Amino acid sequence: MKVKEIAERTGARMLTGNGGSSREVRFAFSSDLMSDVLTRDYEDAVLITGLSNLQAIRTAEMSDIGVVIIARNKEVGREMVALAERNEIVLLKSPLSLFRISGVLYEAGLKPLF
Amino acid sequence: MELSYDIGGGDFVNAGRASSAVKGILKQLNISAVLIKRVVIALYEAEVNVAAHASAGKISVSITKDVIRINIRDKGPGIADIELAMQEGYSTASKEVREMGFGAGMGLPNIRKNSDTFNISSTPGEGTELEIINRLSN
Repeated sequence: MKVKEIAERTGARMLTGNGGSSREVRFAFSSDLMSDVLTRDYEDAVLITGLSNLQAIRTAEMSDIGVVIIARNKEVGREMVALAERNEIVLLKSPLSLFRISGVLYEAGLKPLF
Repeated sequence: MELSYDIGGGDFVNAGRASSAVKGILKQLNISAVLIKRVVIALYEAEVNVAAHASAGKISVSITKDVIRINIRDKGPGIADIELAMQEGYSTASKEVREMGFGAGMGLPNIRKNSDTFNISSTPGEGTELEIINRLSN
């Protein structure tokens, strides 16, 4: 699924610069616990999280996760956006809850990682 | 190649900077993505541990044609019972650390999982030292 479709289905706004909307992902993982995110292997994955801080982006960087959605329109700091851009991570912010984002994207065909 | 980085205790803004720098260098050295991920996940978990528990820490990275050897030494409370600390789910992290998305007692086991050789030693009241070794095999 293209990032553009993810954004449309979840009402999300893209916070990082242009070029990310055509990126494709096949899998998703939802978690607020970065320790848990760090124990998994990812390929073509989106991280859906309610944790809006720098370490969520760092965790994506270390885990090779290319797309991050912040749930429930949480405040996203400029440093988070800058860190995501430096690491070519597409950062989105959705007004929906973690549960709803997960449900909408699951229904639309994104696969769970495990 | 020898690299070294300082980590500030309690500094969750900069935790991960060293891991990010090391990741960039390993990419330039054309090391496989799978190995890079093992190394940087282990190092990042260790950086977060120093930020979460210690007052200061130092990372030394040595890269040869055979191995990537990382040493992390911190000044801090140390670990009284290492066997207990290595158990998944055991944590002494503060509420603040948990709010940052960590502190679930998964860090040390995950460092061990991502190391070919993992050594830990600690002196309560002084600090903790980790050694993370990953071999480069072609």
